[in-house]
Amino acid sequence: MILEIQDIQTYYGDSYILQGISLHVPEKIVVGLLGRNGVGKTTLIRSIIGFTPPRKGRIIFKGIDITGLAPEQIARLGIGLVPQGRRVFPSLTVLENLIVAAQPKEPEGWSTESAFELFPRLKERTSYPAGKLSGGEQQMLAIARSLMENPDLLLMDEPTEGLAPMLVEHLGDVLRSLNEKGLSILLVEQNLNFTLRLADYIYVMTRGEIVYESSSEELLQNEEAKHLYLGV
Amino acid sequence: MSYWIVHLLNGISFGMVLFLMAAGLSLIFGLMRIVNLTHGALYLLGTYVALSINRFTNSFPLAVITGAFAIGILGILFQRLFLQRFQHEVRNQLLLTLGFVFIFADLALYIWGGEPRLLPKPVPFRESLWIGGVSFPSYRILIIFIGMIMAIALWLLLERTKVGALIRAGVDDAEMARGLGIKVPVLFTGVFGLGASISAFGGAIAGPIIGAYPGLEWEILLMALAVLLIGGLGSLKGAFVGSLFVGLADNFGKVLVPELALFIIFGSVAIVLAFKPTGLFGKTY
Repeated sequence: MILEIQDIQTYYGDSYILQGISLHVPEKIVVGLLGRNGVGKTTLIRSIIGFTPPRKGRIIFKGIDITGLAPEQIARLGIGLVPQGRRVFPSLTVLENLIVAAQPKEPEGWSTESAFELFPRLKERTSYPAGKLSGGEQQMLAIARSLMENPDLLLMDEPTEGLAPMLVEHLGDVLRSLNEKGLSILLVEQNLNFTLRLADYIYVMTRGEIVYESSSEELLQNEEAKHLYLGV
Repeated sequence: MSYWIVHLLNGISFGMVLFLMAAGLSLIFGLMRIVNLTHGALYLLGTYVALSINRFTNSFPLAVITGAFAIGILGILFQRLFLQRFQHEVRNQLLLTLGFVFIFADLALYIWGGEPRLLPKPVPFRESLWIGGVSFPSYRILIIFIGMIMAIALWLLLERTKVGALIRAGVDDAEMARGLGIKVPVLFTGVFGLGASISAFGGAIAGPIIGAYPGLEWEILLMALAVLLIGGLGSLKGAFVGSLFVGLADNFGKVLVPELALFIIFGSVAIVLAFKPTGLFGKTY
């Protein structure tokens, strides 16, 4: 297991959001987390990266207990983040967005060149302020930026949100190739079809709890679960 | 002619001193989201340290540099030992900086006394320059020159270096920056120290014209706040333009309509805020 979440409980102020979540991401596997708006998916990502640490429970990454560590410490252990809403640095150029995130790893780590190879569109925009990019370009930049950290695990929060269908397709191809190169991914999504195609294993969340888990094939067949938890 | 030139140069040079103070204040706000009220006291301490060093060494450049350096260290210590403990508690941080204004000011009063003090001008700049029958206050010109160089240096640091990009990333979105592994707390300390240091530098080079006296810490802070309200918080350009405006408005206000001098500055603040609440170049926070 690259990531083990053991019964975490997370609050936003006084509101009780994550009510005991346990979840595992095995190495080199894509794990999908599905659920509708407002069930706590983003809070789970925030708990893992340390933005909103859990009050109870433990988070183990590569055998290290990261519960309560500062976000920058957690990130430096090898967790990349593609957050909801992309959150590129709007006043930095495309190139600067990549440079500030870089944690070089010799010899075969990511560089700005290899990031631009993956997303040639970004190369044409090197010295543009990231705030002026289109939504699709910002998403590419957010992914490229997270790769510059040379992570072992990538946390992705609704990467398909607001993307045109063609871009969603391209994004799927990119994530598959990254996974084939050995990257583990925790993919948080509302897009069922996209997640079913990419993920090997799937968790479903409603109101702060995991209510269903199975392999993707199994969920694909399980009409009842799809209807009950995801409304399809 | 000479009359107007002198007042123009006075206004611009005071603007440069304000810029040195406001630039740090603005950067610290951009990154940490707090208005560092000690900034005026750090400015004043810079002048006092320079006064003492100048007396012992008789070297003006050494006095200015030592003042800037010592207050930079003081700023780092203050941030590390006190401010850092109250991360994410903006109100407590504000109260803490308010309390330290009094501590720093009383410390200055204890060490340097309550008499207004002026730093002697460095030797080659004591006389006015005469060009074509018009006299130019040479020390004012030196301040303008130094201020411009500092503005360019700060701009290069922020816009053209990796450290600058890291700081701007922190200003844009500090939480996200941390989530990418950027050591934002280290940036906080560094920027606080840098801000304290350039403010003290401004205080030291203004030593021969403004000097040092009890209460100056608030007067200069008030001016710098007017600068930031006009120029906008978190923007170096805003600090520069705002400083020039306030410097000139203060000088010409005092010359032309002395009874309305402060009103001109804060009336302008009100007008800018009415039409552009973020200031001329400010971002929305």
